[in-house]
Amino acid sequence: MLDKKDRIFTNLHGEHSPHLKEAQKRGDWDKVQNIASLGSDKIIENIKASGLRGRGGAGFSTGMKWSFVPKDSQLPVYLVVNADESEPGTCKDRDILRHEPHKLLEGCLYASIAINAHTCYIYVRGEYYREAEVLQQAIDDAYDARLLGKNAAQSGWDLDIYIQRGAGAYICGEESALLESLEGRKGQPRLKPPFPAMIGLYGCPTIVNNVESIAVISTILRRGHEWFSGIGRANNTGTKIFCISGHVNNPCTVEEAMGIPLKELIEKHAGGVRGGWDNLKAVIPGGASCPMIPKEICDTVIMDFDALKEVQTGLGTAAVIVMDKSTDLIKTIARLSKFYMVESCGQCSPCREGTGWMWRMMERLVLGEASEDDIDHLLEVSKKIEGHTICALGDAAAWPIQGLVRHFRGDIEARIRSRSLV
Amino acid sequence: MTTQTPFIFHAENIKKAEKYIQKYPAGQERSALKALLDLAQRQEDAEGQKGWLSNAKIEYIADFLKMPVVKVYEVASFYTMFNLKPIGKHHIKLCGTVPCCLLGFEDVLNTFENKLNIKVGQTTPDNTFTLDEVECLGACVNGPVVQIGDDYFEDLNVESTTRIINTLKDGKPIKPGSYKQNIK
Repeated sequence: MLDKKDRIFTNLHGEHSPHLKEAQKRGDWDKVQNIASLGSDKIIENIKASGLRGRGGAGFSTGMKWSFVPKDSQLPVYLVVNADESEPGTCKDRDILRHEPHKLLEGCLYASIAINAHTCYIYVRGEYYREAEVLQQAIDDAYDARLLGKNAAQSGWDLDIYIQRGAGAYICGEESALLESLEGRKGQPRLKPPFPAMIGLYGCPTIVNNVESIAVISTILRRGHEWFSGIGRANNTGTKIFCISGHVNNPCTVEEAMGIPLKELIEKHAGGVRGGWDNLKAVIPGGASCPMIPKEICDTVIMDFDALKEVQTGLGTAAVIVMDKSTDLIKTIARLSKFYMVESCGQCSPCREGTGWMWRMMERLVLGEASEDDIDHLLEVSKKIEGHTICALGDAAAWPIQGLVRHFRGDIEARIRSRSLV
Repeated sequence: MTTQTPFIFHAENIKKAEKYIQKYPAGQERSALKALLDLAQRQEDAEGQKGWLSNAKIEYIADFLKMPVVKVYEVASFYTMFNLKPIGKHHIKLCGTVPCCLLGFEDVLNTFENKLNIKVGQTTPDNTFTLDEVECLGACVNGPVVQIGDDYFEDLNVESTTRIINTLKDGKPIKPGSYKQNIK
């Protein structure tokens, strides 16, 4: 369990004011010049050494990503913060935006120095209107206090930060779709390569990072990479914000040590599973795109990137969706299939056509109006979508279904049989 | 037809629009498109209509940003927060994705449908309420969640939903945020 003194987000739940004065009392914007004077190479080295892996879902090394920006670029470099939080189950960035906005802004400064950017755009999902208001207030206050703008916080670095609000589209959380959207177009993902680090916003080198990835930067640089990498285990270091939703007594957002056992996370922070641990049926451990795991795995699994990968799922955004024995898992996955159908951008045919097909098949399975062969057919179609689209939305649509069949095929078959007896 | 009601930004919105455009490098004014569409959607037109984008509004924004109308329409139709047909005074968006479903979305949905006497996707005959189901609103630890206007209403159940509907019907302001009883 994470020691209280190791918490990065001391105002995650908004007990205190998010505004500048109070944020400074909590340590934000303290001795900026000392950290800024490390310069690009040392900041990148520190972040690499901390082992920080991107908090938006893919888990790629943040320091490594930064190092991909060409050093001798003649074009401007952009930092883009992805605050288009829409992965079902995930609401951690919302709490950072509305309760800890200055951690995000200070992190933007160091990240910008690292990648040689003087302009940063924070793309906030459109529905987070009030959260964008708090963030805008924080930006305005930071400009007034000369923490942003020319010679930001006397760091010798010029940095402008702007918010762009989204307008309702899950796909804009995909980094290249986000860039398309920032440029004033439909949010349809771009082919990669070229990666945004080479050709991103307006054709310029661009780094896109998740809100949480950027918001932890200032604390890592202040407390040292050894401190951060000392939490968790190798390749899975640091603290992580978990969102625990669904059938628990106290759904919550909480910062914990990477690698905390799932059972401990749920029991210590979320008040336990409704009706007790034995009433647990399954958990989606990392947001909607991650395959579910049954109770037997939940009993012992720990919450980090590699441990969850070993049990054929993922940490994703660390959004833990808990489902007790009263849950109709087939109906739940059918609802997720509908989500992916609605949110498919329509660019690639396997996803555009396939997500709708899978949803319709899932609806039949909910009613049991199918044959057992249909389960195999569904799996086969899901494999035809997975890996055959420009972005990962196709994969994300396939995985929850594959997870359901992997662990609960018996439930689906039983429903089909009970229907055919009618 | 209402879509032909002419539209221009009022002075304050022109200032706001110019400020949005200045966030972006010269030649990239188009980046402000979503912000301008949002401004236009919020501003009343000559007939007192707001909350949706008429053709006149879309054409005006295209002209404002010197863009082809079809490119503006493409964006307006892609994002769910732009309404391309009239909506009621209160636009109620119910989050129907999995975490909210697990915590009682259907009860909240039924309460809205019964009390307002409309189905999802419909508007009351007096144009006061429009009811829509949306995908994940990103407030999953506070489900079931409903967005009304710019605000979130969280931890809802039948009782609190009923209270919210009655307050709105009375034309009174409602308190945004959590409706959880006995907060920790």
